[in-house]
Amino acid sequence: MKKSENTTDTTATNASRRDFLAKAAVVGTVTIAPGVLLHQAARAATAEVEVEVVEVIELDAEPDKNTSRSTRPLDQEVSDKNRWGMLIDTNKCARGCTSCVDACNEANGLEGKTGPQDTQYIRKVTLKSKSTGHETSLPLMCQHCESAPCVDVCPTGASFIRADGIALVDRHICIGCRYCMMACPYKARSFVHEDIKNQKLSAPRGKGTVEACNLCVTRVDHGGLPACVEACTAENHNAMIFGDLKDPNSPISIELRKYGGKQLRSDLALNTGVRYQGLNE
Amino acid sequence: MSKIEYTSVQGKSPAYFGLLGTLGLFILAGLLAAYYMEHHGHHVTGMTNQIVWGLPHVFAIFLIVSASGALNVASIASVFSKKIYEPMARLSALLAVSLLAGGLVVLLLDLGRPDRLIIAMTHYNFKSIFAWNIILYSGFFVFVGAYLWTMMDHTVYGYKKYAGFFAFIWRLILTTGTGAIFGFLVARSTYDAAILAPMFVIMSFAYGLAIFILLLMATYKWTNMELGDAVLRRLRSLLGVFVAAVMYFTIVFHLTNIYETQHHGAEKFILLEGGIYTTVFWIGEIIIGGILPLLMIFAPGLKDNRNSLGLISAMVILGGLSKVYVTVIGGQAYPLEIFPGYEVSSSFYDGMTYSYSPSLPEFLLGLGGVAVALFLVVFALKALKFLPMSLSDKAVDPHAK
Repeated sequence: MKKSENTTDTTATNASRRDFLAKAAVVGTVTIAPGVLLHQAARAATAEVEVEVVEVIELDAEPDKNTSRSTRPLDQEVSDKNRWGMLIDTNKCARGCTSCVDACNEANGLEGKTGPQDTQYIRKVTLKSKSTGHETSLPLMCQHCESAPCVDVCPTGASFIRADGIALVDRHICIGCRYCMMACPYKARSFVHEDIKNQKLSAPRGKGTVEACNLCVTRVDHGGLPACVEACTAENHNAMIFGDLKDPNSPISIELRKYGGKQLRSDLALNTGVRYQGLNE
Repeated sequence: MSKIEYTSVQGKSPAYFGLLGTLGLFILAGLLAAYYMEHHGHHVTGMTNQIVWGLPHVFAIFLIVSASGALNVASIASVFSKKIYEPMARLSALLAVSLLAGGLVVLLLDLGRPDRLIIAMTHYNFKSIFAWNIILYSGFFVFVGAYLWTMMDHTVYGYKKYAGFFAFIWRLILTTGTGAIFGFLVARSTYDAAILAPMFVIMSFAYGLAIFILLLMATYKWTNMELGDAVLRRLRSLLGVFVAAVMYFTIVFHLTNIYETQHHGAEKFILLEGGIYTTVFWIGEIIIGGILPLLMIFAPGLKDNRNSLGLISAMVILGGLSKVYVTVIGGQAYPLEIFPGYEVSSSFYDGMTYSYSPSLPEFLLGLGGVAVALFLVVFALKALKFLPMSLSDKAVDPHAK
């Protein structure tokens, strides 16, 4: 009996094992299938295969690296516990894509005109290496320097760096001398040359004063992302990571620690808040 | 030298009022231009987000730099005790404050928000050389004003030497500060040089003196007062030394840039490939403002030729405007080098030479500043006794031949 029981147990165990193996095979097939289909999808060009391609992209989707956000209650003073910055991977920045620029214009109530007197907070720059011919595309905006030349030269103190590293212009005391525009190494600032219509409440502007990217400070203060970063992520390019440079566990800090990041005009030792990857000649 | 007798111009002739009226019209045109620019915004000017400082800055900086230099004659008299310059010290100081006022008017009215002057006077960022300049300009009025007072009021005459000394030091600091506005622009390879500060000081010597010579000759001619060759001979030689010094600093500045590889692009732009800026540099700054004046100043045949001295002074002024134009506008026209080693293009004009076409309002505002300076001089010459009765050789130097 005991033996019989043992036999039964063995049979039951075998049945259970077979059952497990069968289930594992099903699960394995389901898991692997999209990958196999991906291989097929790459070869074929039917509507059915396109569906599989969509699945593949989902499988390859990166984890969200824009999780580092402000948690400061709005009634609490801004402190230097955070330093907001941005990391831009130029290898992921698609040439011809202007999502970040469009989103910036929309968020800040800019018309998106590109005449020599028109404001541009962010622009797409195309680079071609003189030595290798390698072409790169990247968004360029205020680099939110720690030692900002615009702040140094501003006679009234209208240009300033907020405690959390965001470069801003106090439009109430800007006299429109444009010395900051002369001093900015990145040509990041614009002067408002004419009357402004249809301003956004969240992004006040003023004729005769200077303005620039403010890292979408209002959105950031409300726990959001700069509009350009949000748009780049929505386009699935993921070329821009926003976050707290002072938080060692923020995705931007981890990414910088692992792969590094380049400061534009690093020779000036300004300690920029915006860093770039993939800028190789 | 006997006691110097001073006089004011009568200022009753139609010519005098015609001059004041003409200058007044230019001032009015300048003010209207400023109102037009303020009302419509800088949209109506040729200035852009690439060339952020335009023609008004050229005029303003030229006038401010010249203001400091116009004080030279007074400084040489009071600080360095050169007696022959003594009678002209009052006029020298008057011209200095007037030129500064003219320059500041232009600078102020070109601001995006000129209505915020009070903010500029009450909010100071002491790391900004621009903020320091606001203090230096204000101080210049105070020091030169006090200096004039000691020269014109015999009850405080004893303090003249001290007032002259402080005014001298102050104006050296002032022009150093003006040059540093550009010298401290670390990001632009067309600026970013400590030599710009002393170069501006020496530029001020030349331009201020050139304006002073023209003013002196015109005033004494129009008032039929005596102006001897001894004074003009001195001023002529002094101008020669200053023009040569400007040339020296210019050469050192450019040679340094030619030596430094990272400045090659900017230097090539100004010296060879900058189009209008290259032309203005060679024709205006070097030939008209440097070589020709030097040749004429030291040409033996032109020694006491007053027409030639007037022409030389005008050429130095034209050359000075050219130099400031190349420095201010040409310096901005060369694109910022954000990505060395790359060809750059963007919707924001990265990587390309920026173009600038000055508009009429800008030009009128600049001329308005010149008119303000001259109006103040012409008016003050009637109001107070700035002019020595005679600047004949006998009056200024009995031993002059």
